[in-house]
Amino acid sequence: MKDFGYSVLKDETIDYDRQDMRIAKYVLLQEPSIQLCIGCGSCSGTCAAGHFTEFNIRRVHTLIRRGETRLLKKEIQKCMFCGKCQLVCPRGVNLRNLILSINKAIEQIG
Amino acid sequence: MNIEGKRNIWATYQKEIAGDRFFYVRSCVRQNFFPGSEKTFLRIMKEELKKEVFEHAAHTTCSGIGYHTDVVPFETAMTMVARQFALMTESGYENFTTSCITSFGLYAEILETWAHFPEVEERIRQHLIKATGRTFIKPANLSHASDVIFKFRKEIGAVSKFRLVNKYTGKPLQVVEHIGCHYSKMFPNKGVGGAEYPYVLIGMIEDWGGEVIDYPERRHCCGFGFRQYLVQANRGYSIACSKKKFESMAPYKPDFILTNCPGCPMFLDRWQYALSEMEGITYGENGLGIPVLTYEELAGMLLGYDPWDLGMQVHQVPVEPLLDKIGIPYDSQRKFLTIDGKSMGQPESPSFLKFYQHE
Repeated sequence: MKDFGYSVLKDETIDYDRQDMRIAKYVLLQEPSIQLCIGCGSCSGTCAAGHFTEFNIRRVHTLIRRGETRLLKKEIQKCMFCGKCQLVCPRGVNLRNLILSINKAIEQIG
Repeated sequence: MNIEGKRNIWATYQKEIAGDRFFYVRSCVRQNFFPGSEKTFLRIMKEELKKEVFEHAAHTTCSGIGYHTDVVPFETAMTMVARQFALMTESGYENFTTSCITSFGLYAEILETWAHFPEVEERIRQHLIKATGRTFIKPANLSHASDVIFKFRKEIGAVSKFRLVNKYTGKPLQVVEHIGCHYSKMFPNKGVGGAEYPYVLIGMIEDWGGEVIDYPERRHCCGFGFRQYLVQANRGYSIACSKKKFESMAPYKPDFILTNCPGCPMFLDRWQYALSEMEGITYGENGLGIPVLTYEELAGMLLGYDPWDLGMQVHQVPVEPLLDKIGIPYDSQRKFLTIDGKSMGQPESPSFLKFYQHE
């Protein structure tokens, strides 16, 4: 293949018919309370890992729901399971179990 | 394609197109990209339609490319455009016709600006007098050359030797029409059919026997986007835009793409080669590309002009499959010969995009 000094940028359009939704389906089954999320961002605001790194649990949630799971494995490892996100969630989402489910999903689905 | 709603929109956006005595201004880039197109427009206008078309030797760039790449300020662009209007006025014409879509968009933008802000027009008039001693009358009619061909499409169709029909199946050819962004996206009422469903090329395709493909990314930019291409580091954006369009149109198996802009045929044609070299993908049948034509080339082709006189040998994607489908004769041996029979050189064969072999 020839190199012209630039590459073809990947299309970032979210097409739900083409995205890999297996992790989203698994996680939703394991932790249905994530459907209560209103995206307020309190979890990210209080996140200890997010204080020192670019980890953002709200963003991770959004990416999973969109089927954007390419960088998920590396991203989710930043979580320290402190559970502060769960304490501040105004909707009572079980975020620790969410993280656990994501890890299990990655292990099973890849 | 649900045609009813679109016909209502086309009826809403109709524009007046002059019928004769055109002051024609060429594009900066088209004569390099598709060198036969402007000559073919003049030939059709003069020989087939017997219209008066005037070109001024002192015409320069309108500065549209510089304006849209943020290197020419609007004030400068307006003064340069005012000078083009002065040339028209001095020549005794009032119907201004542009070859370039970006020029057309810039002229429309400037006339609209002057209509809303007369003090700006007055200031520009002073600039022009100070710089050149010239003055001008604004055009009575502003049209793009594709508007003019659209206006006379039935007359052209009546004397055409060929129709957009597949000679092997007897069915209409399936055509993707692609309108330049600056034609009517900025000012929908300046284009035939508005911004959403411009009718200017559709009218030609339908009247000349073809059928239009309605595909999802139909109104998406070709990928030129000026800064997307002109800065080499940004070209990934440009080629990604074109790829998005190709992937969207390919399942409909278009016989060719028809365009009315200088940049669109260039990028839709050349990027097919670049994509084939970079990723090994082709979008036509059997490893061929999808031919891309300008509206002048299409009109000339159907009128029976020699494809090599139309400049079709400089296309990256070979047009011969299309010529064969319609049944247009051509001499393969003459493809890379100049008008006096000398070799003009031949491009190397691409790695993936196939060169067409005549049956």
